[in-house]
Amino acid sequence: MEKIEPIQTGHARDIEGAKMGMWVFLFTEMLLFGGLFLLYSVYRSKYSAEFHGSAAELDIVLGTVNTLILLTSSLTMVLSLSALQKGQRGLSLLLQSATVLLGVIFLVNKYFEWSAHIHQGIYPDSPVLLAMKRGNIIFFSLYFVMTGIHGLHVLIGAGVIAGMAVFTLQGKLGPDNFVMLENSGLYWHFVDIIWIYLFPLFYLIV
Amino acid sequence: MIRRENSPHSGSFYDDGGRYRGLLAWLFTTDHKRIGILYLISVLTFFAAGVTLGLLMRLNLIDPGRFISERTYNSLFTVHGVIQIFLFIIPAIPTTLGNFFLPLLIGARDVAFPRINLLSWWLFILGGIIVVLSLFTGGGAPDTGWTFYAPYSIRTTSNVSLALFGVFILGFSSILTGLNFVTTIHRLRAPGMKWFRMPLFVWSLYATAWTQILATPILAIAVLLLVLERMFGIGFFDPTKGGDPILFEHLFWIYSHPAVYIMILPAMGVVTEIFPVFARRTVFGYRAIAFSSLAIAFFGYLVWGHHMFTSGMSDTSRIIFSLITFLVAVPSGVKVFNWIATLYKGSIEVYSPLLFSLAFIFLFSIGGLTGLINGTLSLNLYIHGTYFIVAHFHYTMFGGTGFGFFAGLHYWFPKMFGRMYSERAARAAWFVMFIGFNILYFSMFLLGLQGMPRRYFQYLPQFRTNHIVSTIGSWIFVAGLLIMFGNLIWSLARGQKAPDNPWGGKTLEWQIPSPPPRENFEEIPVVQHGPYKFD
Repeated sequence: MEKIEPIQTGHARDIEGAKMGMWVFLFTEMLLFGGLFLLYSVYRSKYSAEFHGSAAELDIVLGTVNTLILLTSSLTMVLSLSALQKGQRGLSLLLQSATVLLGVIFLVNKYFEWSAHIHQGIYPDSPVLLAMKRGNIIFFSLYFVMTGIHGLHVLIGAGVIAGMAVFTLQGKLGPDNFVMLENSGLYWHFVDIIWIYLFPLFYLIV
Repeated sequence: MIRRENSPHSGSFYDDGGRYRGLLAWLFTTDHKRIGILYLISVLTFFAAGVTLGLLMRLNLIDPGRFISERTYNSLFTVHGVIQIFLFIIPAIPTTLGNFFLPLLIGARDVAFPRINLLSWWLFILGGIIVVLSLFTGGGAPDTGWTFYAPYSIRTTSNVSLALFGVFILGFSSILTGLNFVTTIHRLRAPGMKWFRMPLFVWSLYATAWTQILATPILAIAVLLLVLERMFGIGFFDPTKGGDPILFEHLFWIYSHPAVYIMILPAMGVVTEIFPVFARRTVFGYRAIAFSSLAIAFFGYLVWGHHMFTSGMSDTSRIIFSLITFLVAVPSGVKVFNWIATLYKGSIEVYSPLLFSLAFIFLFSIGGLTGLINGTLSLNLYIHGTYFIVAHFHYTMFGGTGFGFFAGLHYWFPKMFGRMYSERAARAAWFVMFIGFNILYFSMFLLGLQGMPRRYFQYLPQFRTNHIVSTIGSWIFVAGLLIMFGNLIWSLARGQKAPDNPWGGKTLEWQIPSPPPRENFEEIPVVQHGPYKFD
């Protein structure tokens, strides 16, 4: 007879299962952005010259700063998980708050970036944009839609981590119950990775 | 739910609602069986709405313009499609029979994420209500066809945005169900329930769940972009702004072709459970059936281009898409031959679940073989956008998935509700439906070959005879549906008490009381052998 491993069933906590669900969910998120990256590739190959030109109008300094901010926030996120696993609730709470704060700073920078464009009259369907070449129109539409949907994910991620901070404060999360924080972290790293691709595709193709 | 003394429900999950009482015990339940029933009620309600719209379309075509205006007709075929696809046929089997029986079949107490399961039902209802609301608000019911092709879907003043938003939410619900099922199958199988000891319905749900996970996000982004296009004029699908409407077709079919397999795979799983039980012998070619489910899911992901042969794609891609389309027929054929081989030399007992399953094979085979005609590049150019296509997908989706769903309903009804239905009425319903179905849709094959285009409000005189035949078929078919649901609903209250195992099934769900207790199994069973061990 083969050895039969008892498997946790029913309502018992299943950490592996919870993580698996999160990974599968992230996979669907990747495919959601995949549709956008598909559009990007098609239009980039169709209008490469215009993409080249329009990219020069983006603020590369602000883009770089935002990249550094998100990367740092991923670091604070993973450190907060380590701290929680080692039982240092206070430190973990501090690092979680830092992650949320960095996420918010990212969004504030994004807000200034977007406002600058809108101030110049560049936003979807604007007269200024419609007067440009077709490739430029598509570039800026892609820019607004892709960074917009990404920004929405940053907002959701920051909200979720803020929720985790509350749970940590209430003692619902601890060294033997950290899977929710770990899953939130996975989500946050995913959001970070998407930006790692958006940054070169929009800012660095000059 | 009706509860009486000595009712078959005492001690079952109908008695044990958890924290809440009354209706709330249903609306806030995390019990997979109750959620399955909630889904069943919702899905069948939407089905009734979809059938009604279909009947009205057929009514118009008997004498165009007499009963219904052109504009209304456009809305009818759009909303009929949206409801039947997103609110009936996609969720039909996984969320109802799947939710109810997946944990039972693998020996678990519930799915992996019971609360997410409830959330996905709530999202389903929310999405459904939004889709229905779009009929009566804004600029009137959507009139683009269920495919929402750009650029018309960008320009029309009808209420497309709201309907798209509803579809987006439904997609979310579908993803959560898929995610839940994959994790459940990986994590919650009973001890000894190895991968190749799982009932084949579970395998088909597994393949379906992966397809839901892999394909639905693309639909989500496609409809989201269409909404953004309508609200902000982003121009991705608008040629005047440098966009390309064909790209919308690609994004749409990258989801919507795999969705075809989200619809059919669970039905294949259902009939695979039924054949061994009524032939009283083990299934022929267990592994071949299991792997063919995965193969269908895999190839199904790579053939979306065959919906777009006339869109101006390059010949190279058209030939490749056509070739891969033919490859889908291989695993589908494997399944059909295995079902027939399972029946061969079995001691067959003919009950209504088997009759519905046999109808499934017959109708699905016609649908599948005409699918090869559609997939042939040269023939496709001739029949593209005609009634031939309409007949083809109704044979696969309704003749296939619909009849598979009805087979499963009759097979598992005693277990779900603890009562038997009238077998005579069920057979009568099956007979009337089978006849009506073929009259209704086979005439559409003929119309298509004659050149009648789909979605047309008016037609030339030479198409009249077949249109009348088809409409009469629709009445016969609906009469069959009424007998069937009348029988099942009557039996809910008046049927005889069902034994635990009325058909002599060998899978785990038949080893527990009908209807099952709240926690399914008093003790988690230890599985020692495959699912279809008949002596």
